[in-house]
Amino acid sequence: MKKKVVVIGAGVAGIEAAAHLALMGYDVTILEKGERIGGHVLQWDRLFPTQRPASEIQDYLNQQIRNPNIRLIAQTCLIKNERNNEQFNLELSDGNVLTADAILVSTGFDLFDARIKEEYGYGIYDNVITSCDLEALFSSEKPITNAQGEPPSRVGFIHCVGSRDEKVGNTYCSQVCCVTAVKQAIEVREKLPRSEVFCFYMDMRMFGLRFEELYKESQEKWGVNFIRGRLSEASENLDGSILIKVEDTLAGRPLKMRVGLLVLMVGFVPSKGTLTIGKLLGLDFTPDGFLKPADEYIDGNSSNIPGIYLSGTCKAPKTIPDTLTDGRAAALAISEYLASTS
Amino acid sequence: MKKEGKRMVWPAYQKNIADDHYYYSRSCIRQNFYPGTEHTFLRILGQLNKDICDDPRHTTCTGIGYHTDVVPFETAMTVIARHFALMTGLGYENMITSCITSFGLYSEVLETWKEFPESEEKTREYLRKATGREFNIPKDLSHASDIIYKFRKEISALGTHRLTDIHTGRKLRAVEHIGCHYSKMFPSRGVGGAEFPCVLSGLIEEFGGEVVDYPERRLCCGFGFRQYFIKANRGFSVACSKKKFESMAPYEPELILTNCPGCFYFLDRWQYVISEMEGVLYGMRNQGIPVLTYEELAGLVLGYDPWDMGMQMHQIPVEPLLDKMGISYDPEAKYKGLKGLDLGVPLQPRQLAI
Amino acid sequence: MPDWGYQIHKDRQIDFDRNDRRLAQYIRKYEPTFKLCISCGACTATCSTGNLTEFYNIRRLNILLMRGEIDEIWSQISKCMFCGKCELVCPRGVSTRKVILLMKEGIQKIKENEQI
Repeated sequence: MKKKVVVIGAGVAGIEAAAHLALMGYDVTILEKGERIGGHVLQWDRLFPTQRPASEIQDYLNQQIRNPNIRLIAQTCLIKNERNNEQFNLELSDGNVLTADAILVSTGFDLFDARIKEEYGYGIYDNVITSCDLEALFSSEKPITNAQGEPPSRVGFIHCVGSRDEKVGNTYCSQVCCVTAVKQAIEVREKLPRSEVFCFYMDMRMFGLRFEELYKESQEKWGVNFIRGRLSEASENLDGSILIKVEDTLAGRPLKMRVGLLVLMVGFVPSKGTLTIGKLLGLDFTPDGFLKPADEYIDGNSSNIPGIYLSGTCKAPKTIPDTLTDGRAAALAISEYLASTS
Repeated sequence: MKKEGKRMVWPAYQKNIADDHYYYSRSCIRQNFYPGTEHTFLRILGQLNKDICDDPRHTTCTGIGYHTDVVPFETAMTVIARHFALMTGLGYENMITSCITSFGLYSEVLETWKEFPESEEKTREYLRKATGREFNIPKDLSHASDIIYKFRKEISALGTHRLTDIHTGRKLRAVEHIGCHYSKMFPSRGVGGAEFPCVLSGLIEEFGGEVVDYPERRLCCGFGFRQYFIKANRGFSVACSKKKFESMAPYEPELILTNCPGCFYFLDRWQYVISEMEGVLYGMRNQGIPVLTYEELAGLVLGYDPWDMGMQMHQIPVEPLLDKMGISYDPEAKYKGLKGLDLGVPLQPRQLAI
Repeated sequence: MPDWGYQIHKDRQIDFDRNDRRLAQYIRKYEPTFKLCISCGACTATCSTGNLTEFYNIRRLNILLMRGEIDEIWSQISKCMFCGKCELVCPRGVSTRKVILLMKEGIQKIKENEQI
């Protein structure tokens, strides 16, 4: 009889792992709390660093899941887990019970709720939006306007919103926001050639392949401006534009600037699903609230419980290529485990 | 601006405010510069039938000395412990401070004792040795503006006047200025927190006015302690207030509402200084922007006589505001003392119309 | 006027919206590599003027230029000896020497109310 693997979460990591487990001949069931597969990719228009349409990744995932060994159960959550020797008995929110020989947790991340940074005025000032809102605006193909319906003459991007900030309890870097800001800044300049674009950063973390080149392109070809300094507070002007106060740390002087639209680069936080499933299964957490692998260097996919594996952004912020790679690695780790059990 | 967005911030910062039986701790500078304001606070609480103890035995909280590095923290803690002892001795549990510096320092002391219980023990020992007194930690510590905020609906219901232009029915535009030590040190101790506090904006809205959010709303007034005590440093103090005035000017505010003795004093007096030094005037018709405390505003709503509240002590004349609100006053009585004696008329400033 | 014994301090904040940024636009136009500066400071590290005179920091002057703070640039820029070492060390290929020449030229034009 085929061994059974239950994957929790049908995002990038979960689907990639499921696809490879199915290829190896396992019986795979994916639980997804939402209606659709793909996770956060669904909310994105184009991807860094090459402006590749996110729909292509979506198409790839749709392709990957087409395997008779994979069964997707959408709009369903895990509510109870009982262990019976090497087997897991999983009770679902629809009342059904599944058995599994191994579990893969790929419950992902949530975007940081920018309202927590009260002083930035998200949800209060009309012209403060998040990177995700801007991406939705790109997808809608509507013209980019401020709340007053006019194209903004100046757009500001604020890096590290909800990241590297002990005030909100997040000490880590979310990795993808710097390069996303550069990507979005280019897109704004592309769509609004008469606008000025400013990125406010603490460090430019251009770690990935072609990221640094994109950064340079944004300066050279698109005239994007970069000011090193963290936003202290944003206020609303009489005309609805936003007044921002930063220190220009390279000039050593405080600086104020009016922007027509302010974009907050929201970082990663462990998703609600990651927190619930982690607690339900008895998994270890990192101090930041992500799920903790058994060994971060050489065994990044095992959890503290034999038979339960971790993959993707439930462990830490990651780019899409890294998440795909991690999904495949998890599939391999699970197959090795299943080969070793009766 | 989405007002509902601001309202979503507030529930996280709702603190408990006792509803009766208060021990009142006065402010050093308010009693001297604007002596009518604290009297007005006691009068309002009297009208609301609240029990409040105004104890002549209490002293300064040492805040000014503490913030200028003259008084060590141990001394400040012991002086404040004595106030708690006086309160305890009279059977009270709820402390109100009139001053924001006091509120900040009392809060700092209470938080210190919470974090470092040994410092509370030490303070008890010092107080015992010095005075033989014992104390209980207050059940509730509030600033006087918290109390007015708590009873804003009652005051509004008893009121005879509104914060609206009586001739047109238009809401009067008011800006609020919260003292830094009210909630910047401990956001959870201020109603509405530090970023969007509602202790004063709540009063303005309740009394019928319109709150204006201007960009430099959160900036300090520049009071500081060492800053204004040393004459040569006052240029920094006044520059702070000036930055605020310039930022609020386009909104044409008709009133600045404050809850800190220092902010009230500086925002009122610096308008005159700036007018003398630079010839720049804020507000309509060379009259400046009137600055009020929360008690004065509540007193006007309740129909108290402005001269009884000591509003002739303001640098910026309040008459334009009184006229708009339809409050009657006797211009002849402005510079008469409580017993009708002539106090003399102040010198006419060069720029500012009085 | 009474002697107050103090004066109202000038604001140190860079008021970006009020500043004159014509000079930065001028330099971007005639020396586009200027846009590529990432403020690494290699130029300042090697600059003989910056090492041996006070307040001359070419990395910082570039930033002030972009913010429109030209008075400080004007007070410092004549100290440059045009040795060109800054340009040799720049990792982004900014023609720093040309930028300095344009700074001097542009400020002169602004001071003389010429079109820039």
